[in-house]
Amino acid sequence: MGLFEKLKAGLAKTRESLFSKVTHLVTGKSKIDAETIDRLEEILLSSDVGVATTATILDNIKRRVKEEKYETPEHLQTLLRDEIAKVLQVNGKEEPGEIAEHPATKPWVVMVVGVNGVGKTTTIGKLAHNYTKAGYKVIIGAADTFRAAANEQLEIWAKRAGVEIVQQQHGADPASVAFDTLGSALARNADVVIIDTAGRLHTKANLMEELKKIKRVMDKRLPGAPHEVLLVLDAATGQNALQQAKFFNEAVGLTGLAITKLDGTAKGGIVLAVSNELKIPVKYIGVGEQIDDLQPFHRREFVAALFESQ
Amino acid sequence: MFESLSQKLEAVFKKLRGEGKISEQNIAESLREVRRVLLDADVNYKVAKQFIEDVQKRAVGTEVLNSITPGQLIVKIIHDEMVKLLGETKAELRFSQNTPTVILIAGLQGSGKTTFSGKLANLLKSKGLNPLLVAADIYRPAAIDQLIALGKQIDIPVYSDRTSLGMGGAVKIAVDAIDHARKNVRDTIIIDTAGRLHVDEEMMAEVAAVKEQTKPHEILFVVDAMTGQDAVNSAKAFHDRLNFDGIVLTKLDGDSRGGAALSIRAVVQKPIKFIGVGEKLDALEPFHPDRIASRILGMGDIVTLVEKAQERFDEETAVRLEEKLRKSQFTLEDFLEQLREIKKMGPLSQVMGMLPGANRLPANAQVDDSALGRVEAIIQSMTNEERQRPSIINGSRRKRIAMGSGTTVQEVNRLLKQFDEMQKMMRKFSKGGKRRAMQGMRFPMN
Repeated sequence: MGLFEKLKAGLAKTRESLFSKVTHLVTGKSKIDAETIDRLEEILLSSDVGVATTATILDNIKRRVKEEKYETPEHLQTLLRDEIAKVLQVNGKEEPGEIAEHPATKPWVVMVVGVNGVGKTTTIGKLAHNYTKAGYKVIIGAADTFRAAANEQLEIWAKRAGVEIVQQQHGADPASVAFDTLGSALARNADVVIIDTAGRLHTKANLMEELKKIKRVMDKRLPGAPHEVLLVLDAATGQNALQQAKFFNEAVGLTGLAITKLDGTAKGGIVLAVSNELKIPVKYIGVGEQIDDLQPFHRREFVAALFESQ
Repeated sequence: MFESLSQKLEAVFKKLRGEGKISEQNIAESLREVRRVLLDADVNYKVAKQFIEDVQKRAVGTEVLNSITPGQLIVKIIHDEMVKLLGETKAELRFSQNTPTVILIAGLQGSGKTTFSGKLANLLKSKGLNPLLVAADIYRPAAIDQLIALGKQIDIPVYSDRTSLGMGGAVKIAVDAIDHARKNVRDTIIIDTAGRLHVDEEMMAEVAAVKEQTKPHEILFVVDAMTGQDAVNSAKAFHDRLNFDGIVLTKLDGDSRGGAALSIRAVVQKPIKFIGVGEKLDALEPFHPDRIASRILGMGDIVTLVEKAQERFDEETAVRLEEKLRKSQFTLEDFLEQLREIKKMGPLSQVMGMLPGANRLPANAQVDDSALGRVEAIIQSMTNEERQRPSIINGSRRKRIAMGSGTTVQEVNRLLKQFDEMQKMMRKFSKGGKRRAMQGMRFPMN
């Protein structure tokens, strides 16, 4: 049983954030040696960055250290920060504005998808709040007709955000709810429509087909809709997030990611892996349970915040 | 994603053929591969490191038997060690002599506590107990409604109290529920608590208070199988606070490799008691360490595949097919039906991934899901008569079918030829030449 004891001791209190560790790591060092790289690898891997993306980051760092001269810890920090921010940059796009996407057409339709329990409904409540605060008229479509009491939960969020909600009874065809919602949005002259969908594991072929159908039906009612397809990812998720992003992307074409539950100890390193490997931009991060705890994702701020020691 | 460990290790060990013993030198490279596999499966970094050191210790000096390759031997050692670490199959719950037995369910948000509570209640009910579900999540919007709706589906009463709010609310509800259970002759109560982050001091104090006041006989920690490196931190924090009795691993019906199971077991020595494998209320299973070990190692999970097939393959269809096979009346129509049953099991690439040895296929022989779609299209472009009697499909019919399905005449030819072979095989099969016929059976796909 020695193994357990050792591990327990080793794993106790790993609350420092990824980059406070990095800061600690490079303090007092004037060059990057093999040991530094090893430690850095450990830090990245234990933050769910994943084997492949960690290797990319480390390779880049090693290459730059060889090419350029880094002599002070400050230099080294800049280098690390640089390389990590680079991974987060998708297709050279800079970060979006206050709310991730300003409605480019009217109504602007956002479809929200994800596996079970990642926080889709909560994210929708917060998103509706953000849009309302920015002066847009929002309608929510309750197309999660599967989970028990999903409607009730969404209704409460809609009330908190002060927006209208379109729903049908439990077990109704989700595509028809989405269709109705778009109809209401057009009739009521809404600016933004947010469609909730039931949580589903990306491996369930039938449920993924259902999702495609919801999307198709929306396009029929309003050509071009949905304009935004957001995948919600739980920050505590490990490498499976890559699979989730891949499958959902194949099914309904993702335009962005929302990362939830970043207020725990999970470091959300998977954000780096998904951006790096799948080139899908992160648009929002959820950092708490209050209605205004959904923030637009700012790459530079995100990286800077990570570097701050606590 | 199904690059298999054994395949990689074979490559490493190819150079070492002829060496009769596993030595520190020849094992180092292979263990790097093992580490990568473990990390890809979300096994915690430190747990993986420790695990590998242990395997190395055990493996060095082991004689390589003639009958197996060194790669296979290492995989076996790793697999055995992992099974050992994961613990044995153990789904028993502790019940109290005096009713009611109190079961407390705790975990992070979105881990699946409420669904699990419903499944557990359903399981206990099927064993002749009279459970009572308790809605102690007073924070999440509509959490109470969700539990009530679940209770209704499985016909199990739910205790709730919408007037108990604030910090003491959950404790009061839980305590009152015990009274309620006594008065209403319920022998087991399942307390579904709110999801909480392990760093939320106030909320952790609340669940500790619920424990203090209700003295549960069994405390279960529910955790999402897709959790990454952080699983160890949350499990440890909950364990420090609650000293829980068992772990429930949920959402294992996805394709996550479930490394979190190993990580949690390494820091908290409590058995994994149940696994959740679906959204339906009977999708609760006891834990099989060997299956999870295979899954973490990417070795394929043939048992799950078989079960999945059984679950998906509608029994009536199966009986009808068997009948037809016996009478040698297997038509293209039946073939199409069978194809659809296979498709229900999920994307073909994944179904294949569950087969051991699938990784030995060359990378470019990846299964193409659209091939199934084309076969389907070809059959659907046939008339009913053609489906029943493929022998009538002559040249011009073939051309028409190819046009109609957007394929080529060659593809139609190939399908018909393979179907013909399959029929012959089935005839042999029904005449009793079972084993040989099975070996030659191939699906007309590629």
